[in-house]
Parts: sequence; C-alpha cells; structure tokens
Amino acid sequence: MRLWPESSARAESEKPRMKFPFENRIWDQAEIMPVADRRQLQLQRLAELVARLGSVPFYKQAFARTGLGPEKIKSLDDLRRLPITTKADLREHYPLGFLAVPREKVARIHGSSGTTGKPTFVAYTAGDLETWAQLCARFLVAGGLQPEHTVHIAFGYGLFTGGFGLHYGVERVGAAIVPAASGNTPRQLMLIQDLGAQVLVCTPSYALQIAETARSTGLDPAKLPLEFGHFGGEPWTEDMRLQIERELGILAFNNYGLSEVIGPGVSGECAARTGMHIQEDHFIVECLDPDTLQPVEPGQPGELVFTTLTKEAFPLIRYRTRDIARLDDSPCPCGRTTARMDRVIGRTDDMLIIRGVNVFPSQVEEALLRVEGTAPHYLIEVDRPGAMDEVTVHVEIRPQDFSDKMSQMQSLREQIDREVHAVTGLRMQIKLVEPQTLERSAGKAKRVIDHRREKGLI
Amino acid sequence: MKINQLSVFLENKPGQLSKPCRALAEAGINILTLSLADTQQFGIMRLIIHQWAKAKAVLEKAGCVVKVTEVVAIEVSDRPGGLAEVLEGIEAAAINIEYMYAFTFRSGDKAIIIFRFDDPDGAIRALQSKGINVVGNVGLYDRAAV
Ligand SMILES: [Zn+2]
Repeated sequence: MRLWPESSARAESEKPRMKFPFENRIWDQAEIMPVADRRQLQLQRLAELVARLGSVPFYKQAFARTGLGPEKIKSLDDLRRLPITTKADLREHYPLGFLAVPREKVARIHGSSGTTGKPTFVAYTAGDLETWAQLCARFLVAGGLQPEHTVHIAFGYGLFTGGFGLHYGVERVGAAIVPAASGNTPRQLMLIQDLGAQVLVCTPSYALQIAETARSTGLDPAKLPLEFGHFGGEPWTEDMRLQIERELGILAFNNYGLSEVIGPGVSGECAARTGMHIQEDHFIVECLDPDTLQPVEPGQPGELVFTTLTKEAFPLIRYRTRDIARLDDSPCPCGRTTARMDRVIGRTDDMLIIRGVNVFPSQVEEALLRVEGTAPHYLIEVDRPGAMDEVTVHVEIRPQDFSDKMSQMQSLREQIDREVHAVTGLRMQIKLVEPQTLERSAGKAKRVIDHRREKGLI
Repeated sequence: MKINQLSVFLENKPGQLSKPCRALAEAGINILTLSLADTQQFGIMRLIIHQWAKAKAVLEKAGCVVKVTEVVAIEVSDRPGGLAEVLEGIEAAAINIEYMYAFTFRSGDKAIIIFRFDDPDGAIRALQSKGINVVGNVGLYDRAAV
C-alpha cells in the first residue's frame, strides 16, 4: 500500500491540498485504476455476465424476447437495453430462482427481511464470499481501519448481511473482532470498555442508543475507547453523523450495500468523506428516474440501479434498489478513481406524498437534528381524516432538555415546527413524547405509520 | 430555605397523569402538593414531596422524565390583600416570577405559596430584607405533617 497513488491523473491534480485526519490507505489497486481501464474491464465483465446469465430462466426469457446476447454487448451503453430486475421478480422466483450456479456450488445463503411475509434470499459461492470480504475490507481501510485495531461488531449475525459481511472484511484486514451481535446494550457497553474496541460497527441509530445508554448509566460516551465508527444498514443524515461524532468522540463513516447486490461493501466513504466510493470494478451503477427509468441529469437524485459484474451465485442485471441518492464522478482527493454516491436520502417506497408534496422521512430527521436538544428518535404518523392529509411527528424529548418552564418547552416545540416546515415545506403537528417510548432496534427503525394505507386511501 | 420541586413531563394522552401518581403511591410516597401546567400538546406536573430524591428515583424507574428545580415557599396572610403585599414586595425587589402556585394546606391563618424564581438565592435575600417570611424545608414539612 502506498499513501498516494501515482497511476491516477485525477488524483495528481488534487494531491497536496486535502488534510486527512489519518493516513490515507488504499486496500486494493483496483480502487485507483485509471477510469478508462476500469470501463474496459466493466465492458468485458458485462459481456461475460450476460453469457453466464443464459442459465437463469428469468434472464434467458428476457434475452430471447429482446434478441439480446453476449455478442450484442459492444459498449457500456448497451447496458441500457438489458432488462430491469426488481424485488418483485426475486419474490416471484422464490426462494432461489435466480441462482446461476449448480446448487452444490452455493457456500452461503443470506436474506433480507420482507415487510410482508417471506424474506428474499440471496446465495454466495465461496468465490463470492471472498469478493464480499475484499469489498468490505476496501471501505474499512478507507475509513481508517488498521490491523492493530479491535472492532466491535454490533450488527445482527444471521440472515441479515450486516454482521457476517463486516466480520469477514475486518478479518481480511487483520484486525481483532468482538462479534457482539445486536441487543443488550449495557452488555455491549461493558464489552467496548473492557476489551478496548477502537472501532464500532453497527447501524447509526444503534450508535446513538449506545451513547444514550452510556449516559443513562452515568458514563460519558465520549470517554469510551472508540475512535472510528462504520455505520450502515439504514439511511441517516449528516446532522446525525455530527451528533454521533460529538457524543461518542469518534470519526463516523458511512457505508452502503444491500443483500441483493452483495450486502455491505457496495460502497463506502474514504477519509475525505465526500460520498461513498462505489466499487465499480464489481458493480455498474445507474441513477434513474423511478417513474420513467431514464437517467437523471448528472448530480440529481435518482433511484440507484446496480448490475453485479462479478457475482457468481446470484448475479443480477440492473437491479432496482429503490434507494434514492445522487452520484458524483468528480475527482476525490483520496486518489480513488471510482464514482461516489451521496448518502441515501430516501427510498422510492418510503417517499410520502402529502398534500401533493414529496416528503422523505430523512427530511424530517434532518429538521429535528437542527433543533438542538432533540434526539433523532421520531415517528411520522400520516392520516386523512377528511379531505386533507394530516401529519403528526412524534418526537422523543431527551431528559436533559426537559424544563419545568412552560415557555421553554413551548419554544422547543415551536422551533421543531419551524424547522420541519423549512425543510419539508409542509406544516406538521409536532407532538413531544417521553424518551424511550418510540420503537427502535439494532436493525431498521420504524419511522412512518401511514393510516391512509390501512384505510385504502392510497 | 429553598425547596426541591419535581417536575414531570406529561404526554397528552389518557393515563399520563395517573402513571406518576400511581408510581408514587405504590412506593408509599406522599405528595404534599401538586400543580399542573398544560397545553393541548403536552403538560408539566410540578410536585412538592418531602422525600423528593426517593420520589425522583421512583418516577424515573416508572419511565417518567423528571427534573429537580429549587423553588421558594412563602407565607402569605390569609386575608384580603395578603398576597398583594407579598407580590408588591417581590416587584419592588425587581425579581421575575416564572410561575407560582398555592399549597393545598394552610398554616394557621397563613397560606403558603410556591414561587419559581430564576435566581432563588437572590430572591430569598431580597424577600427577607423586606420582612417577607420565607418558609424553610423543616418548617414546611413539619407543618405539612400536621
Ligand atoms: Zn475518496
């Protein structure tokens, strides 16, 4: 590993200016390969992928319908002629209808929890597991992980890809792992303290819960041995990052992935923290308008759609993630030549249409965090009692912000009201609730209750 | 001189008021007086309790948000103009009253009013210099026990 890549023209121009909070390391030379070379590699891998997918009935039929085949892949633009794959397609071929290798080649099966009924399964060959570990190692190293570190993993170890994905990534880097898994926060705190973990891996909301639990037991969370945090598994905001960093006294890094694409490791932040580097030698990313499926203007938010170039057991073409984010292919001061994605600002299916306005729960979260003294635990309740949509935001107050003075509490409420209006453009009813009363978990937090759906109004 | 008051955050939903009261009752803790401030969206319950530290622990265990604030108890003659005299004295000392409420029991011919000042120590000094009787902890709880 060398500190600065020499092969990248992009990086050269930016090289001297950025000051990193720690040594900038590159795990894999593929991260800094010239863009043109990578595009060539993508094209070659895409043609190979299309050839391999002839064994998957879903794709075989789609290719037959459209007359496509590996010989028709002449440029990366030909990707646009390939079929889209959706979560519904995976469900239709439950459990493993997209398997592209003989069953005996499968080394592991993971799944993502379905909001309705059965999970969606994904399979890995031994080669896929190695690729996955390497991809996790890339972003972990980009975010400061060193072999001498101890890493506390508070992700669930199970069908969910978070725990095992990060686990093997950390192992490749050579750091020590405390596989704490999820739950029992006081015990997690004890492990972090007693075993001296410098690195925390979990969901961002769980990081805040760890801080909260520390405080409630009279422990200053900033005094924990933690120095770095790698957070993913749910969307979060920049303000939430600041809060986590302030409360735990760490540098917090964002990473992204979903089980259908491979799990964590699809992208992750470097020390510059100007977006998450997408591992483009393994994935082709598109940013599409969710309605038209046409590419959005550069830099505009759109639905991310991934094609897995190297996955053996469960490769997917143009898989719709339903995640909304922006892409940025401007040079990064870290020297990596891959495109970056901004944090996920919402899900196509989380998008609430309220009185005709598009609102993402993340916008409400951003507003809440702007108001000092509001923990980011909230629940958005939408209803349509008459002709108009009505929204109530339930916000947990923190004990330290509770005042016996009515004026102070009123002003806290009004401030939240103003910020929510400023960010979303909508008036919402703000309801302060007791701490720890809204549902939260180590997995994904429940943020929205939409009564319109139950009533069949949307 | 100062008295510790407990304030409890109340969500605006059924059963919110009885929850802290029940928790205290089950712990055998007596509430000397309470006052309620509420809006459509939420409320604040303020409690005067002799065993305030124990009460705080009980309430927090029951899941309540509790804040301890120092308030001042003042004796007021229970006759027309009694409260006005005290308020004039406070006004003359240029002390700002955040809020106030009356104690539920009297002490002889006197009523006791709880005052929340931003600076309780300054307020006590100013009031005493004006001859207004500030009731101390012991005195207050003794009388309450009667
Ligand atoms: Zn970078």
